[in-house]
Amino acid sequence: MKVLRDTWLIFTFETRIMARNPTVVALTLAQPITFLVLFAPFLKVAMAGRGVESYGDAYAVYVPGLFVAMGLLGGLYAGYGLLSALRAGIIDRCRVTPVSRTGLLLGRALMHVALLEFQATVITVAALPFGLRVNLLDLVVSYALLSLVILLSISISYAIALLVRNENSLGVLINTVGQPVSLLAGVLIPLTLAPLWVQNVALWNPFAWATDALRALFTGHFTAPAVWQGGVVMLAACGLAVGWSIRLFNREVS
Amino acid sequence: MTSRPTLSARDPVAPDRADAGERRDLVIEASGLRKTYRKRGRKAKAVEAVRDVHFAVREGEIFGFLGPNGAGKSTTLRMLATLVRPDGGSARIGGVDLLRSPARVRDVIGFVAQSSGTYDDASARQELVAQARMHGRGKAEAEQLAAAAITTFDLEEFADRRVRTYSGGQRRRLDFALGVIHRPSVMFLDEPTAGLDPPSRARMWREVRRLRDNGMTVFLTTHYLDEADSLCDRISIIDRGLIVAEGTPSDLKREISGDVVTVDLAAPDEAGQPDAGKLRRAADVLTPQDYVRGVEAVDTTLRLYVDGAATAIPLIMAALLRAGVEPGAIESRRPSLDDVFLAKTGRTLDD
Repeated sequence: MKVLRDTWLIFTFETRIMARNPTVVALTLAQPITFLVLFAPFLKVAMAGRGVESYGDAYAVYVPGLFVAMGLLGGLYAGYGLLSALRAGIIDRCRVTPVSRTGLLLGRALMHVALLEFQATVITVAALPFGLRVNLLDLVVSYALLSLVILLSISISYAIALLVRNENSLGVLINTVGQPVSLLAGVLIPLTLAPLWVQNVALWNPFAWATDALRALFTGHFTAPAVWQGGVVMLAACGLAVGWSIRLFNREVS
Repeated sequence: MTSRPTLSARDPVAPDRADAGERRDLVIEASGLRKTYRKRGRKAKAVEAVRDVHFAVREGEIFGFLGPNGAGKSTTLRMLATLVRPDGGSARIGGVDLLRSPARVRDVIGFVAQSSGTYDDASARQELVAQARMHGRGKAEAEQLAAAAITTFDLEEFADRRVRTYSGGQRRRLDFALGVIHRPSVMFLDEPTAGLDPPSRARMWREVRRLRDNGMTVFLTTHYLDEADSLCDRISIIDRGLIVAEGTPSDLKREISGDVVTVDLAAPDEAGQPDAGKLRRAADVLTPQDYVRGVEAVDTTLRLYVDGAATAIPLIMAALLRAGVEPGAIESRRPSLDDVFLAKTGRTLDD
């Protein structure tokens, strides 16, 4: 109960501070919106004859990929915020209070989840005039799945940040890990277009399962096995990563 | 080359040696605290930041930890503030065992770090309310406590502005307000006035005294001699992880009886470098003199500990000139805490 209370407390505090800086929030939208406008037309041409006949179809394939890319890469940058807060003494200030350590980390992570979910909502709305159509229930489940993607990515970033304790090393690791993992998740080009060996490697990538699940939801296949399989894989991966980051955080700062 | 001025070997007020009445008043008791940092990598050496530190702080006093950078001040403070787990030893704060019940210790302490620890985009009011809530207060009570702290620390004018717009002194006042928002009985301050301009420092000193006058026990670290001297009721001088002296500033200075005479021997040699030979000759001449109780070389000066400067200075002048050593400026003053540090460690706080 205390963990939940403290998580909510930290989440609301961090979110209010983020909301005081709308310029930063707006700037983080620039890249996904640009990709949305520029990349989907390519996809329509590239996937013509593979079930993508209209812009609506192209966006139903592309928007879920964009969600995962945004959640994965956006989440990986959360480690910078943690390092910055550690360096500024913000975490120390909180640690001298009885606030739960787990709540301290989860509250911060959930603020990033909320920010990226907000971006996902903006992208969804922006894609509607281009012909994207998605059932409301499918969309809600998609956002829930996206939350797991973001939380997984943030937890990995936090764990790396706590291990390396250095922004430069964190940056190198994020770039080294983030790009191949996002490509192996089929975020830009669906993995059905990839060679078999790439598809086999991608089976070990939880983000690939999430992409498949999201694409199934965006194409109206709520009952497809990809949806529940993606949910189970993401829940398991997320649980492990959150547990790892909390353990490291408690070890480093308790 | 040097002989140390006489200093009585006064042990710190160790908890196990304090009498029963005194012990009741002890708010912080540290015994044998140790902390070693081990860096990663095979060739990395372990650094003993704190080695077997004993001290006790009485209720309602301002207790200072004075020492140069890297002496172990902040590590000791961070151990007591539950931020770093000691490798050995024990401590009790407000009667609560630090190692067994760190969570309970957090209920009775406040902490202000060297770095600000606030968000640039938050306002003082937001930070204060959040801090009170982290101490378990409800929303309404937290808002009341924040409002009271804003008034007490004179933050009204800018309480709803972003912290990034505050001056250094305003930020520091907010830090203090955050540290005491839950009304702790013990306050830990890490270098509370580092980097502040003189008016802001004076103001912070007033705030620290006010905390003490309101019944709070204050434990602070500092490397400023004047801060330790003027602000603290008692101090421990720490060097290389060990406490080398403890007492009230006046008691410690009194232990170096007499005056301090500083002889400047900075005249360059033919190559334009400080003349080390001249410094050595002067020390050799003056050390055996019966009116000189101790001699320390500090950079290009000799620091002489004498019973009375008025009678010693002419004798020093005469002895140096007889030996063919021409002194520069000669000054006398009362002993400072730097002299105490020098007497105990053979180094100055600036070294």
